[in-house]
Amino acid sequence: MSNNNKIIEIKQLHKNYEVGDETVRALQGIDLTINKGEFVAIMGTSGSGKSTLLNILGCLDRASEGDYWLDGSNVKKLKKNQLAEIRSAKLGFVFQSYNLLPRTTALENVELPLLYNPSVSSKLRREKAEAALVAVGLKDRMKHLSNQMSGGQQQRVAIARSIVNDPVIILADEATGNLDTRTSFEIMALFQDLNEKGITIGFVTHESDIARFTKRNIVFRDGRIIKDIETENRARAIEAIRELKNEDYLLN
Amino acid sequence: MKLINLFKIAIAAIKRNKMRSFLTMLGIVIGVGAVITMLAIGQGSNESIKSSISSMGTNLINVMPASMNRGGVQQGRTASQSLEEKDVYYLQKNCTLIDAVSPEMRSSGQVVFGSKNWPTDVGGGNEDYAVIKKYEIATGRFYTHQEIKSAAKVCVLGQTIVKNVFGEDADPIGQSIRFNNIPFKVIGTFKEKGNNTFGQDQDDMILMPYSTIMKRITRETHLRSIVISAKYEDKITETSTEIEELLRQSHKLKEAEDNDFDIRTQEELISNFSSISQMLLVLLGSISAISLVVGGIGIMNIMYVSVTERTREIGLRLAIGGKGKDILMQFLLEAILLSVIGGLIGVLLGYIVSNTIEGIMNWPILITTDSVLLSFIVCTFIGVFFGWYPARKASALDPIVALRHE
Ligand SMILES: Nc1ncnc2c1ncn2[C@@H]1O[C@H](COP(=O)(O)OP(=O)(O)OP(=O)(O)O)[C@@H](O)[C@H]1O
Ligand SMILES: [Mg+2]
Repeated sequence: MSNNNKIIEIKQLHKNYEVGDETVRALQGIDLTINKGEFVAIMGTSGSGKSTLLNILGCLDRASEGDYWLDGSNVKKLKKNQLAEIRSAKLGFVFQSYNLLPRTTALENVELPLLYNPSVSSKLRREKAEAALVAVGLKDRMKHLSNQMSGGQQQRVAIARSIVNDPVIILADEATGNLDTRTSFEIMALFQDLNEKGITIGFVTHESDIARFTKRNIVFRDGRIIKDIETENRARAIEAIRELKNEDYLLN
Repeated sequence: MKLINLFKIAIAAIKRNKMRSFLTMLGIVIGVGAVITMLAIGQGSNESIKSSISSMGTNLINVMPASMNRGGVQQGRTASQSLEEKDVYYLQKNCTLIDAVSPEMRSSGQVVFGSKNWPTDVGGGNEDYAVIKKYEIATGRFYTHQEIKSAAKVCVLGQTIVKNVFGEDADPIGQSIRFNNIPFKVIGTFKEKGNNTFGQDQDDMILMPYSTIMKRITRETHLRSIVISAKYEDKITETSTEIEELLRQSHKLKEAEDNDFDIRTQEELISNFSSISQMLLVLLGSISAISLVVGGIGIMNIMYVSVTERTREIGLRLAIGGKGKDILMQFLLEAILLSVIGGLIGVLLGYIVSNTIEGIMNWPILITTDSVLLSFIVCTFIGVFFGWYPARKASALDPIVALRHE
């Protein structure tokens, strides 16, 4: 693969947290490359460092040591405001708890990242937000208030918000963590759909049931990568949903 | 960030949490309103106490002839004849610290009208006498310069005389009364003054030109006393010194000679006055300080809490690409909008409450531009500052720290 395809490249990344006198070594020398079009699941037991890595990849947090190139620029050298610009231009983030603005319409929530980008006109902002909501299947819910939506719908709004700025990668931390199985699968179907349209995705989960919908599985233990493989028996979420329906049918 | 987007975000944030915005604004409204009302009451009482004290005549200065010691025999004041009309003119011309000066003559006797008669005092000075002694005309007029020059037989009556000699509702103007068997034409009456500090009825008095008393009643050639109103209540001592020097010049006294006159100021009143106004100043200062502090702390709390509560929101805005300064500007703008609007409503509230208090409780109220500006500026500034300060702290956090904030 050519160098141009590298979206993320990290070398010997460490992250230490000082807690009192102790140092928690959350990441202990991570090497990782993610290329354009990948759909990566980051797995591992609780406390193994998944979220820590994702937050660093998302430029929400800084590494203690090591280098991180995002789409060609070395993040380590960037100042706060430049990091904000990177987040605004190149990254989309999906949280476990959705983090939508309450009492605000889906459309306005999705428009929000573009409000911080002075080069986007208000007309273009509206168009892009509408397109993103259509892409996540919420064409009919644009004017609904975020707190009047189901968890699955809220997460869809959050995903629409993460893609509205055409990021080079979407990072999702336990994006299905608060949802039931069916809704989780629906969200995964959406991610698969987006990935097929060419969007690169980094996805933290501790459920292998969810990870089987991705293309690549990275497994963490104690701040180290212990496994990095292509997904075996990659499943299609749409089919999984169909099977669920059959199971429901059988149960009844 | 575009200014229009900034406004959009700030206004959306205010609208999104109407209750919180309302409470924040309410904090400022009440802060400003309370401070204005407190100051209005404080300043109102201050003014009314001051004016009632100064109506007692703290600025009044009396000059009397010195009682003289002739061959070991103490002589009465009237016996010494040191004050003359020329002294009055000299003071009028040269004294810089006085408002007005007048000779003063007195006598007493029986006033007769028809079958009624009444023992009373007459007093009088020049045309400034009424102002100096704070007599106000009720009906008719005061005597003129012309009448003083001609020692006209005219008089102005106090209300006690009117009641006792003419009867309750009678109009004495134009009538002729007799005092010590001399007829005087009544040209006016003066308003009730009530009793003075010594319990004397100040309305049991007839005023006439000093020249009339001198020439037609007492037949004196010298003045009983000179009355002066000082220009500045807080410069009585300086005024008195100036008068002393001028009178010594006027009397051509040599260095070694004693004063042949006495200057009397209302020392007791003055010292009361200055201690009361000092006290009021301290009181007013503490009222404004306390109400500003109380109002300010209220505003500070609500602003601080409402911004701190929104740390996660700040984290989200940072995470999706907002810069620290964009977010800071948003919160600053929100704080300015809420504080300024709240402050303006508070000014309105302050006016309404103060006037209501004045209307219902009949308290004297004084709203000054200074107190309105002071409370508006201080409260609005506190509002803006304590909206800005926690937002500055939060927007300087790493996004992940702000997002994790509980
Ligand atoms: N802010 C922090 N301060 C101190 N230690 C932290 C902090 N955040 C994470 N850690 C520690 O770093 C380690 C990795 O945490 P991390 O959140 O990355 O785990 P995770 O893999 O996401 O786990 P989970 O699946 O439970 O979300 C843990 O031991 C955790 O205690
Ligand atoms: Mg985690």
